[in-house]
Amino acid sequence: MFQYIIKRIFQLVLVLFLVSVLIFAFTSVMGNPVYLMVREDATEEEIKVVEEYLGLDKPIYVQYGVFIRNALQGDFGMSYMYHQSALGLIMERFPATLEIVLLAMFLAITIGIPLGVFSGAYSKKLFSKIVMTLSIAGISLPSFWIGMVMIILFSLTLGVLPVSGRGEMGTFLGIETSLATIDGLKHVILPAITLAIGNIAQIVRLTRGGMQESIRQDYVKFARAKGVPTRKVLFGHALKNTLIPVVTVFGLQLGSLIAFTTITETIFAWPGMGKLLIDAINSADRPIIAAYILFVAVMFVFINFVVDILYTIIDPRIDLNQ
Amino acid sequence: MKTEAQTINNIGTKNSKWKLFLKSEFFYNYKRSVLAIIGSIIIISVILIAIFGPLFTIQDPYNMSEIELNNAYTPPAWIEGGESTFILGTDQQGRDMFSAIVYGSRVSLVIGIVSTLLSSVLGIALGIISGYFGGKVDALIMRIADVMLSFPTMLIALFVMSVLGRGVVNILITLTIVGWVKFARTVRGEVLSVKKQEYIEATKVIGLPNLKIILKHVFPNVLTSIIVLVTMQVGSNILTEATLSFLGLGVPITRPSLGMLCSNGFDVLYSGMWWVTIFPGLYIMLIVFGINLLGDFLRDELNPKLK
Repeated sequence: MFQYIIKRIFQLVLVLFLVSVLIFAFTSVMGNPVYLMVREDATEEEIKVVEEYLGLDKPIYVQYGVFIRNALQGDFGMSYMYHQSALGLIMERFPATLEIVLLAMFLAITIGIPLGVFSGAYSKKLFSKIVMTLSIAGISLPSFWIGMVMIILFSLTLGVLPVSGRGEMGTFLGIETSLATIDGLKHVILPAITLAIGNIAQIVRLTRGGMQESIRQDYVKFARAKGVPTRKVLFGHALKNTLIPVVTVFGLQLGSLIAFTTITETIFAWPGMGKLLIDAINSADRPIIAAYILFVAVMFVFINFVVDILYTIIDPRIDLNQ
Repeated sequence: MKTEAQTINNIGTKNSKWKLFLKSEFFYNYKRSVLAIIGSIIIISVILIAIFGPLFTIQDPYNMSEIELNNAYTPPAWIEGGESTFILGTDQQGRDMFSAIVYGSRVSLVIGIVSTLLSSVLGIALGIISGYFGGKVDALIMRIADVMLSFPTMLIALFVMSVLGRGVVNILITLTIVGWVKFARTVRGEVLSVKKQEYIEATKVIGLPNLKIILKHVFPNVLTSIIVLVTMQVGSNILTEATLSFLGLGVPITRPSLGMLCSNGFDVLYSGMWWVTIFPGLYIMLIVFGINLLGDFLRDELNPKLK
């Protein structure tokens, strides 16, 4: 295990290096931020002053060196738009994003896995066919559209749920969160469902696919033959052996949930880091974009790491050192 | 009943291949799969509408001279205040939604199909090279694939688009960059298992050039797994394009795709004009739903594990 962790850390460094080069290259060729900061009728000299202030007058490799040195200290520069530390802004917005992601993940697991297990085990039943058709519909829906339908249904027509912002925040275990108050929960539920629907569909399909394969295996038939209760056969024997692909995709899904918060947060004006990213892209705010990418890169490497550890727990036959 | 020998003799002429297909288990299952047939009908209708639809629309939604501001904010025909000329209502500029959707679907479909072709060609080529030759090339291609797979498609697409800027060509480039990985991975895996087969060794023994072995003997044997991927990819690319366009990072305003239409609708959602965003979105769903229905059938049908 120790060996494995060391290997992973090396991998992390490699990925981060590659990502940092890419980010730097990308952000350098992306729209010139100078023109977003100066007045339209700015003189040559004024433009020069701004360029110097941003460090854009130096050669590329010097800019990269400065970028890396600062990045290692967690300093991605000041956001051009907010005039605050870019990483600070992201950290500030991160809890809001985490809230809807975690709630969406929770919904996806508690709804997706049982539906997948039953529709996989009894794939000939009408119920399974309905679940399957719905899940295909679920992955065919653009998530922004789901969000807008939610708004039309629950806010504009029924008027029961609010459509924007985080609402009232409560303190739970010393953390400020919208999940701790009724008003906050009302605000968080629509974005979370919007985010979750595609995921529920994905997890249903995966679990079902795995179940269909494992339900034919001899050990499942044997467990049934010796009289193990059906529920135990399904969730204990069969599901356990389908979990590997589900957990893999789960890791990937967590990543894509974070990516899709950009859309959900834009629609529901949720003050998370996804909305921050879209605003930053639209205003060529390089420090925020750079900080965001590196932030999620670290996060994804970490998620993959956790997923690998989970493999060994689910299936002791897997040896990570190989 | 024909004997097996007769059937085999017939292979080779086009007509009998078709007959063979109609008799195959695959076609038998297809005829009995309601969902697959629904999917096919949806796909065919959508394509027909994209090709011939403009003959039936009342206006060219891109031609500003055909649009009248007086018609703006008309609800769908069946709602009070609606007009029968504008079946699905009009948007804030007086553009007929039905015409806009027909024209928008052309943009969405072309981007979905062309980007899938580009990414599959690139992915298949890299996958075959990777699997067939192995070694350093393989290691390099697969490491790149690993890094790309550890990031969600949507996020990579967002960044690439934000660098390239709006535009149809840029969208195609972006979708190709994010799309090839799936193909390369799958094809490589298949090639690795095909490579070990005796018939491939035989082709090497008789001294066929690599290119010929790849094109004539390896490629046809990895085709089945590609078919499913290609089908699903068209759907997911249409969705990705719609999402990018919705965020304002996709097609230019002059050539609105379905996603772009939804984005326009979002601006007027709170003033009660739900139809401007609901209908284009529904149509996206219908298209992708049809593709996924067919793709699902193909996946189950071509997956030997479930037989």
